[in-house]
Amino acid sequence: MDEPVLVADGLTRIHGVGCDRCLETTGPLSDTNRCSACGAVVAMADVSFALHPGEILGVMGESGSGKSTLVKVLHGDLAPSAGSAWFTQGDTRHELFALNAAERRSLRDRAMGMVHQNPHLGLNFQVSCGGNVAERLLMAGERRFATIRQRAERLLARMQVPIERMDERPGAFSGGMQQRVQIAKALATDPPLLLLDEVTTGLDVSVQARILDLILELQRETGTAMIVVTHDLGVIRLLAGRTLVMRLGRVVESGLTDQILEDPAHPYTQQLVSAAL
Amino acid sequence: MLKEDIGHRTSDIGPKDRPRTSDIGPLLSIDGLRKTFTLHERGMTLSAVVGCSFDVHPGTLTALVGPSGAGKSSVLSCIFRTYRPSAGRIMLTTSDGPVDLASADDRAVLRLRTAHLAFVTQFLRCLPRQPALAVVAEPALLALGKDAAQERAASLLEHLGVPGHLWSLPPATFSGGEKQRVNLARGFCAGAPLLLLDEPTASLDPVSRERVVELISRTRDAGTAIVAVFHDADLVRRLADHTVYLEAAPC
Repeated sequence: MDEPVLVADGLTRIHGVGCDRCLETTGPLSDTNRCSACGAVVAMADVSFALHPGEILGVMGESGSGKSTLVKVLHGDLAPSAGSAWFTQGDTRHELFALNAAERRSLRDRAMGMVHQNPHLGLNFQVSCGGNVAERLLMAGERRFATIRQRAERLLARMQVPIERMDERPGAFSGGMQQRVQIAKALATDPPLLLLDEVTTGLDVSVQARILDLILELQRETGTAMIVVTHDLGVIRLLAGRTLVMRLGRVVESGLTDQILEDPAHPYTQQLVSAAL
Repeated sequence: MLKEDIGHRTSDIGPKDRPRTSDIGPLLSIDGLRKTFTLHERGMTLSAVVGCSFDVHPGTLTALVGPSGAGKSSVLSCIFRTYRPSAGRIMLTTSDGPVDLASADDRAVLRLRTAHLAFVTQFLRCLPRQPALAVVAEPALLALGKDAAQERAASLLEHLGVPGHLWSLPPATFSGGEKQRVNLARGFCAGAPLLLLDEPTASLDPVSRERVVELISRTRDAGTAIVAVFHDADLVRRLADHTVYLEAAPC
């Protein structure tokens, strides 16, 4: 039995001071994520899962489901209010929220790639595309210029970004291209874990399809474990072997993706699936 | 009807098959399988499978028979774990010991789907935008490597009469019959010890149907255990070693 890459246990994030009634007055049964006692927003509560090497886990939900909060907490952009997570890299198991800021940053730079829906969050628009990939390699400790340049070229080419344009800044590219550059950057250090937050939302469908196909191809080549956050059933169906369905901060259902889509058990999942166009 | 005469092979009709007297135990043993759907928005439950039990041995074909709505396809979906069974056990014999598919964890099921079970559903479900040859070869990639898997895929597509000029095209634009043959080829390409077939000849012309019958027969004789739903009584007669009759759930 292989070790999971990432284990999350009871992850919770409350915006605001919170009180002891926050959890019981929020969630799908209360039809709100705002605590009726103190007004705090329970963005995510009690989320647990295990992700193994080579797996793609889907996290599906609509706005306010907590899916993006989950990814931000895992990436270290937000601190959890409760819960823990363990990340295994090689022989070392790190307790994510017990690491200090420098350790966390180092882990993130080397072992955890993240692709955001908004490319401005993942790319430095003041620097060329090649420079963006190089930045990440530099932060991970690579110092040899030739290696950096070569690797950046190879990654961008693999993402089908024209090499002759790699010295241009991201602003000169279409949305789809910017996402490709983000993915190349995120994969620069061969991280065991890649977080993808609505990466094709808002792109033209033909562009979406090509990028998703590329992500799947890459995953098969590299065996990178991935968490794919999306509201789109089609993305889940294409990429994820297992899926968590979230609503109002809670996981309402989890299972094999084909099972979630063909035999949804929770009322909300049934609604979501029947609403697909 | 189907209950009466089922061809030249021995058939046990009824909810439970008798195990063969051989050293090899059943590959698959289903006990008390039930599946009920709860449709929350409509506030109702739908009983798809009511108490199904049977064994399947290697090198045999078990046909599920019964009226429409009796749950035949649902039984196959439960075995493959596309449906979560409501009750009962689905014991699969593997090299690592017996596994209850009904209650196995998701990752275990995904692992078993790569090499131990294959499911040819009624409609082709595959990665879009992939050429037909790659779609068929995919289940055999891990075990055989790319070249050997593609060779096997090519030979299956050829046997099933899918013209060579289609192999490099994505099946989405194919006719129903062509899609179904790609679907079948993929299911057989896996080489899994347990193969589930749901109406495998439904969209096919008589010539293609005969090729599929030949392939099913050959695969069964080579040791694969097959559970199949055939809408055609003639195929049940010709192919089934055992039949399991499913009653429709009472309304």
